[in-house]
This record gives sequence, structure tokens and C-alpha cells, in this order.
Amino acid sequence: MSVDTATVAKIASLARIKVSEGELEAMVPELNGILAWVEQLGEVDTSNVEPMTAVIPNTLRLRDDVVDADPLTGGGKREAVLANAPVAEHGFYGVPKVIE
Amino acid sequence: MSNYRIQGATGEWEVVIGLEVHAQVTSQAKLFSGAATAFGAEPNTQVALIDAAMPGMLPVPNKECIRQAVRTGMAINAQINKYSRFDRKNYFYADLPQGYQISQLYHPIVGEGSLTIEADAKAGIPEDKVIGIERIHVEQDAGKLMHDQHPTMSYVDLNRVGVALMEIVSRPDMTSPAEAGAYLSKLRTILRYVGSCDGNMDQGSMRADVNVSVRKAGEPLGTRTETKNVNSVRFVMQAIEHEAMRQVDVLESGGQIVQETRLFDPNSGTTRSMRSKEDAHDYRYFPDPDLLPLILEDDFLEDCRASLPELPDAKKARYENELGLSAYNASVLTADVDTARWFERLLAETAKASGKAPAEVSKQAANWLISELFGALNKLGTSLEESPVTPEKGGDLLALIAKGTISGSAAKQVLEIMLETGDDAETIVEREGLKQESDTGAIEAEVDKILAANEDKVAQYKDGKVALFGFFVGQTMKAMKGKGNPQVVNEILKTKLG
Amino acid sequence: MTELTELGVARIRDGVKAGDFTALEVAEAFNANVAAAQEALNAFIVATPEKAIEAAKATDAKRAAGEELGKMGGVPIGMKDLFATFDVQTTAASHILEGFRPQYESTVSQNLWNAGAGMLGKLNLDQFAMGSSNETSYFGNVISPWRKAGSNAPLAPGGSSGGSSAAIAARLCPAATGTDTGGSIRQPAAFTGTTGIKPTYGRCSRWGVVAFASSLDQAGPMAKDTRDCAIMLEAMAGFDPKDATSLDLPVPNWEALLSADLSGKTVGIPREYRMDGMDAEIVALWDQGVAWLKDAGAKVVDISLPHTKYALPTYYIIAPAEASSNLARYDGVRYGLRDLPEGANLQDMYAATRAAGFGPEVKRRILIGTYVLSAGFYDAYYTQAQKVRTLISQDFAKAFEQCDVILAPTTPTAAFALGENVDDPLSMYLNDVFSVPASLAGLPAMSVPAGLSKDGLPLGLQIIGKAFDEQGVLNAGLALEQRAQFTAKPEKWW
Repeated sequence: MSVDTATVAKIASLARIKVSEGELEAMVPELNGILAWVEQLGEVDTSNVEPMTAVIPNTLRLRDDVVDADPLTGGGKREAVLANAPVAEHGFYGVPKVIE
Repeated sequence: MSNYRIQGATGEWEVVIGLEVHAQVTSQAKLFSGAATAFGAEPNTQVALIDAAMPGMLPVPNKECIRQAVRTGMAINAQINKYSRFDRKNYFYADLPQGYQISQLYHPIVGEGSLTIEADAKAGIPEDKVIGIERIHVEQDAGKLMHDQHPTMSYVDLNRVGVALMEIVSRPDMTSPAEAGAYLSKLRTILRYVGSCDGNMDQGSMRADVNVSVRKAGEPLGTRTETKNVNSVRFVMQAIEHEAMRQVDVLESGGQIVQETRLFDPNSGTTRSMRSKEDAHDYRYFPDPDLLPLILEDDFLEDCRASLPELPDAKKARYENELGLSAYNASVLTADVDTARWFERLLAETAKASGKAPAEVSKQAANWLISELFGALNKLGTSLEESPVTPEKGGDLLALIAKGTISGSAAKQVLEIMLETGDDAETIVEREGLKQESDTGAIEAEVDKILAANEDKVAQYKDGKVALFGFFVGQTMKAMKGKGNPQVVNEILKTKLG
Repeated sequence: MTELTELGVARIRDGVKAGDFTALEVAEAFNANVAAAQEALNAFIVATPEKAIEAAKATDAKRAAGEELGKMGGVPIGMKDLFATFDVQTTAASHILEGFRPQYESTVSQNLWNAGAGMLGKLNLDQFAMGSSNETSYFGNVISPWRKAGSNAPLAPGGSSGGSSAAIAARLCPAATGTDTGGSIRQPAAFTGTTGIKPTYGRCSRWGVVAFASSLDQAGPMAKDTRDCAIMLEAMAGFDPKDATSLDLPVPNWEALLSADLSGKTVGIPREYRMDGMDAEIVALWDQGVAWLKDAGAKVVDISLPHTKYALPTYYIIAPAEASSNLARYDGVRYGLRDLPEGANLQDMYAATRAAGFGPEVKRRILIGTYVLSAGFYDAYYTQAQKVRTLISQDFAKAFEQCDVILAPTTPTAAFALGENVDDPLSMYLNDVFSVPASLAGLPAMSVPAGLSKDGLPLGLQIIGKAFDEQGVLNAGLALEQRAQFTAKPEKWW
């Protein structure tokens, strides 16, 4: 499968990365080169193979339902959460107005 | 199939409805963080570093949320998947800090199940109907945007980000707004019984995405629209009604239905296309590499099952079969878990206070709760939860009736005073002198006086004019100022008159 | 006395404990080297001399009070700028995180501070750890302290942990943290004559490490030798309940159990790693490594890892796919760069911010990742890649039925010149051909400096071990190290 400029433009839009026409043109052969190379995986017979889910055999641990048990994973830290925000007002993050 | 049809210019249209209900899982902490889930906190005060998607933060699932989803699945007799996985649903929006929602697409925790909605002739549901439930999966809630606080900005509050939701996906088995309403109500009832969701629709703990399509009888399914986040039973019904009509109008005027996301406006009762979600999404789901497969062990599942309460259908059947309640009363009392719990405490208290078996006082308790207390609370504009009359006090009152200490009419008076003062029944009965006379000696004395004063009528009675029995009862009661126990009066009169 | 900055972790730790010198003297010596080399090597994005001094004083005070010093007591280290450090700028070498000061500390860095280490600064790297030459950093290239004989052309220190490798080789720090997603510890170690180990996936917590590809990312130590790596790995590793993929296992006493005696051990030589057109120097070094391990008492067997050739393409589907999602959070809302053009709406802001904030290689990988996950392509690319990954992992499992560790080269070549591979992403990707398979299987693997190329540049040998068997890897590494006697170091030109 190879991509054209329209496809790359669509992917870039999905990924929310603005690209100029010039960048698009440059990206097409680059991405096609990489895609053509990874497509050699298609020659591997995987008909009886399960996709990998856990690289090291391990099961999912669950935690207890306790609020703020560890300050690193709990809430109640608005200052820390907003400290790096480009725009924070009245305890909220600010973003350009969204029309729903 | 319901008989609900839309009469269009070109004929009758059937409506096909499926609901995706998002129910907030009852838990103290969030699905993947230790931040609190409480409603109504100051903005961004219940946000952990991971909820704000700080670089390098990782999710660890909350066991209680998993447990509640499993219990809910069991309550709808669903397949519980011992192997499930979390997947990422990728899209960009200001209420979604990670840029993806952790959900379950490929391997949900709960598979196929169902629930039964009850026949309701008035609502056009001729008989009980089983509605299929395709799956339940666990996922993260998103944050909240405020659009009206600033002229050019929207404000973002992440308190809800990461709160655990169950998405309960029905089959498109409903064919009328009433069926959809009944399904949602029943689902809410079950969730509240299980305790996995508080069902507070006005706080957003439960909301439905409504999938609607229309078709002519016998034709394949039409294109559906999805109306998002409808947050009451009534609104769901309105949204369906409006959306189905709109679709019929579009189709009959030669148009086509666009598969799209719509928004319900409760003020106008209409739906409209959602501009911000217009572009077709490609969510690029893939298994979340931060989380391993979730394997449920047998003892965990057994614990979940053992902790399930008696569910509404079973309870209703028991009320009818063991307690002898009418189908209507059983249905009213089991419709909400709080009512059922209240009733059962009332029944236990009544039985204890009166020294009778529950089945002997159950009808009395059910009738009193439904026709007396509900009415009185309604008049006061209050609810059972806040009722000044507790089940204990109610039980005492009912026991006084059962033991013959007060009459039914006196009981009404006692209830009114209880609601006003909060005093217990016995105190009120004493204070107001509402006790009825059950002392056979005192009643006999009165009866003797009445019979002596009415020898002619006694003779007539003995000659066969048995209708006069009521006269003697009336006279005795009158003489006792209404406080004679009618049962005792009857018995004594019967003996004396031979 | 040897200059303090020539010392490694063990000797600093022991010297401070013995009172041969103070931790403060050590910190000051390294701080001076960091400052002096910054302009020429650009190994650090931010230097934090005050943090190093503070930790050193704390260690000296503890010693004065007769208290036990930690595993890393008195050792100043460099911290790859992928680890979140409390209130110290953490960028992942990206413009999009410039100025970001985390209000939290990563588990691994916290473990190191708890063990008595101090921070000299935040080390440069390839942007979001995507790269093999450290040329994708927004904060400029790291220049290797090594030069080819008779040439002044700047060389790549490897990547993505290129700041770490360059800083250790140039004596700016005795050790540094690295992270390895497809070779990012081992390849730069090989390029700079340093030693680095990527432990079993899950040994070191990922909590607080800026994510590149979650199922592959693993932190590890980089240092001068095997013993130093063992010490530092003990300090870094450990179960972390905040990371759902963390291994709930005790941390072994790797240092105490180090042994270069490989009697009774079997070393596997994977025939598929012997590739057509392979550099003769690398082949010769590998053969030399086989001889050294035999000399250490090991039995050597040929093994087969049949899916080796598919490892790189598998990696270049899985890693970008995970990255495309992991990097979605950089949107200009909660931290980092925001680019809000006049009249832009929310979605425009995202696109502008991400266009301005991410470098070309990061964008390339995000686009590849987005594409392979998109509707209609997911199964053909992503699912197939995860299936091949299973096969690669099974290859190793089968091989380990016959051997205890695997010996292979770390890289196909010695360090290349900066700029040599930048225009051809594929040739750059091929650098990781020997390191990626172990990453895909989550196995512990290390690189040990084993010799010099004809141009006088370091070459590394790689040991890959069974899951959880870091000890076996370290022991084989030690055996190589003792026989290779690698003492070369770059001549100081900066």
C-alpha cells in the first residue's frame, strides 16, 4: 500500500499536525519508503499466531478503591496540575472557545 | 413489537431504537487514578497528575470499578469475560487530556445479556418484552467545558476526567419511545439494586446515547443517527419521538438520513446536528500498552456473585408469591431499591411489634405504605428517604392496628400527627386518647345496656330479622364514642344475641 | 591520587564511605567538567550543579553522623531528560515541552536520590527518544568526545541516550540514566566505549518517564563498567505499584553476585545475526568475543533466531503506533508550547502547536503510527506486527532452551559522522538491527566496550539474557570486560 498527498494530508489532520504543501510533497516518498519496507512483514505466515499482549508474562494488578492513598496518584493538587498551563484562569484551563 | 407507528404522508413507519447508556460506576476513586469522584467539587480539585495527562503518568485500574461492572453483568445474566483488555480510542478534544480515552473495544468485560421490561397496556407495551444487551464495557469519563464564562475562551474542568463509566449497549430491540423509556427505567432500577451506579440522571451519573432509525414495515434497517448524552427518561422518549418524526419528514421529502451525532435540546424537545463532532472520526483503537490483559479469577467472580442482592424481578415475584401482594403493589414496591428496602424494614418492624408472621401483615403494610404514607409524603413534598416516619415508627403504628389497639381511621389521624411532630405512635395514641376499647368486660357492660334498652329489636332479631345486627353494632359503638374495638363488639353481640 | 572525575560509581561510593575524599569534592569536580564541556559537547540541556552539591552535602553529613550511606551514596549522575524531575525543566529534548517543570519526580530518579545519588543535570537526547544519533534534539546535537584518528569531523554519540553516553565518555559524570526502546542504551554505549544495560521489561518503573513506546520503553544505567551498572541498576529497579507493567519481584543483589566465571554456562551465537555484507571488523570482534567467553569457561553453541530479519520492520510499526497515541497529549492545553494563530479554533490550535513543537523525525513517526492504526490498515500492519513480535519472542524462548545468554554485536558499525544518515531515515533505522529484537521480547541486554575500530573508535559487544536474568547478562558482560581490557578513552579536545 502506498500513500499519496491526499492520504498524508488526511493522516496529518487525524494526528493534528499542520503541514504545508511543500512538507506534504516531501513526506510522501519518505513515508512510502518506510511503508514499503515494513510491508515485508506480510510475507510471514502468522495464521496460527496470537498477537503479543504482554511482553513479559504478567497479569494486570488492580488497586484498592481509596481516594488519595498516594499523593502522587491522587487528586487535590490543583496548583500542581495548573502550574504549567499556558492559560489558567479561576482554576480552569483556558482554550479557544469551542462551539458544540 | 409495539404498535407504535409514525403516520407519514406515504404510509406507516416503524421506529428502531438502541440505547448506549453511560452509567457512572459507584466508587470512591477514579478508574485509573486515586482522585475522588464526588459530585460538585471546585474545578480541577479532583484531578490527579494522570487525569491531567502529565508526561510519564500511568494508569492502574481500580478493583472496585471492575467488580461493579462484573456484578452489573451478572445482574443482567450476561456472559462475564474472564479475559478482557483495555483499548485506546484516539481523538483530540479539550475534555480529553490524554488525546485518547481508555475504553474496551475488542474484548469487553461483559458480553451478551438481557433485561425484561414489563407489560404496560397504557404505554402501548402489550406484554413483557426481553431487550437484548450486547455488552458492557468499562471506560473513562471525559472532562467538562464551560462556554459561557469568558467571551473568547472555553474553560476546562478535569474533575470528571477518568471517572469510571460502564457503557451498556442494548440491541436495537426497542420499537417505541415507551419501550425505550421502560428499558432505561428498568436498567436504572437494576443498577441501583446492584449498587453499581446511583442512577442520578440530573447529576449526569446516567445518560444515554440514543440510536434511532426508521423504516417501512418489512424493509431493512434505515440509516441511524445518534443523539448524545440525553439525561432523563422523559427526554429520551422526547428525543426519539422528535428524531423519528424528523427522519420520516426528511425521507418523505426525498432526502437521505446522514449517519451523524446529534444533540438533544431539552428546552425545545428537538435534536440538532453537532457541529463540533461533524468530521468523521477514525478512532484508531488499539490495545493500551500501559495495561496488561485483565484476567478475572474464579474466586473474584464468586465474590461478585455472592455479593449480589435479590434483584427486582425476583423480589417482585417473591412479594406476589410469598407475601401475597397484588402484582401492582409488588411492582410499585420493587421499582426502586430504596422503596423496597424501606418496605422490608417496615414489614419486619410490623411483624416484630405485632408478634405476627410477615405474611400476615404484608398486605396491610404494603397498602399503608402505598396509599397512606406515599400520599402524605407527596402532600408534604418530601420523599421516603427524608420521611419523618421511619420504618420502625411505621411498624409500631401498623402493629397497633393489627393488635386492635386503634382503628383504621384513628391510624390515619395518628400518621398525620407523626408526620408533624415525629412522635411515636403509642405516645400519640395515649395523648390523643385514640385507643379503642378491647376490654370484653367494658364492652359487655355496654352491650347489655343496649340490649336491655331495645328488647323489641332483640325479639325481632331473634325472629329472623338479622339485618338488625348492624343497628346493635352502631348503638354500641355510639355509646362507646367510637372507641370500641369493632371486632370484639361483633363477637360479644353475636354471643349475646345467640 | 587519580583525578576524581576518572572514577566510576563503585570507587566514588567506596572512597566517600572510606573518607578518601568527600562527596562534595566529587560533585564539585564533575560540576566543573560539565560546565567546561557544555559548549563543545552539548551533552546537557540543563546543568543543575546546585542539586549535585546539595546531595553531596547530605551524603557528607550522613557520613559525619555515622549513618549508613545509600547504594549510590556520594555519586553524582547525569539524568536523561526523559525522566521527570521535580520543578526542574523536563523536555524530552522537544520544543513542545520547553519550559515544562514537572510537579513530580519519576520513580527511577527518586529511587536514585533515595540511594544517595545527586543530579549534575538533565542530559540531551534524541527528541522523545526517537533517533540513533542524537540529531533530533531540539536543543542541538550532542557531539561525541570521540574522533576518528586523524579527523576532527564531529561524530554521533549514538542515540537516543546520546547525552548520557557522551557525558560518561567525556568524564562529565561517572554514570547516567538511559532509556532503551529499541537500543537507546546499548547503541550509544557501544559508540562511546561505555557500558549500559537495559534490564527486563518491567524491572524499572516507567512512572514519570516521558513515554515513547510503552510496551518497549525500559530505563537502565549507563556507566564505565559492568560493576557500576550493577550497582546503579540495583538503585533504579524495583516494584512500583504506580506502573501496571512493573514487575512485582525483589531486586537481586546483582553487584554482590557478580562473577566472571562462566563454567557450566552456555553462550548462544545466533546465526541470523551474521548478515550479508557485514563489516569485517564487527565480525572479527564478535569472533573474539566468542573466544573470550570460552576462555571464561562457557560452552558456545550455534542457535537460530529465524525471525530476526523481521524485527526492525516490526519495531517500526509498533513503536510509532504507540508513540502516535502517547504523544497526543502534547496539545498546548495543560503544559508546554501553545501556538495559537490569530482567529484559530481549538483544533487549529492543536495542529499549529504540534507542527511548531515536534521535530521532523517525531512527526514522521507520529504519521507512520497514525497511518498503521487507521481504519482499514490496522490488521494488516499493527496486528500482523504484534503477531510477528510473538514469533520473535518465541524464537528467543526456544534459543534459551539451549543456552543461558546470547552473544552478538551491539551495532553493525562504529560511530558515524553527524549528518551522515540524517537524510535517509531507513539507513538510520538499520543501526538498531542487533538491538531491536531483545527490545521486542522485553529481554535484558547489555553492551560492553570490546575493542576499537581501525579508525580508533569504540566497538561494543552485546549480551542478551533470559527474562529476569540480569545476573547472567552482567556476569557474561564482566567476563568480556575482563578480557577485553578496554581502557581507551577519547583524547580531550573540548
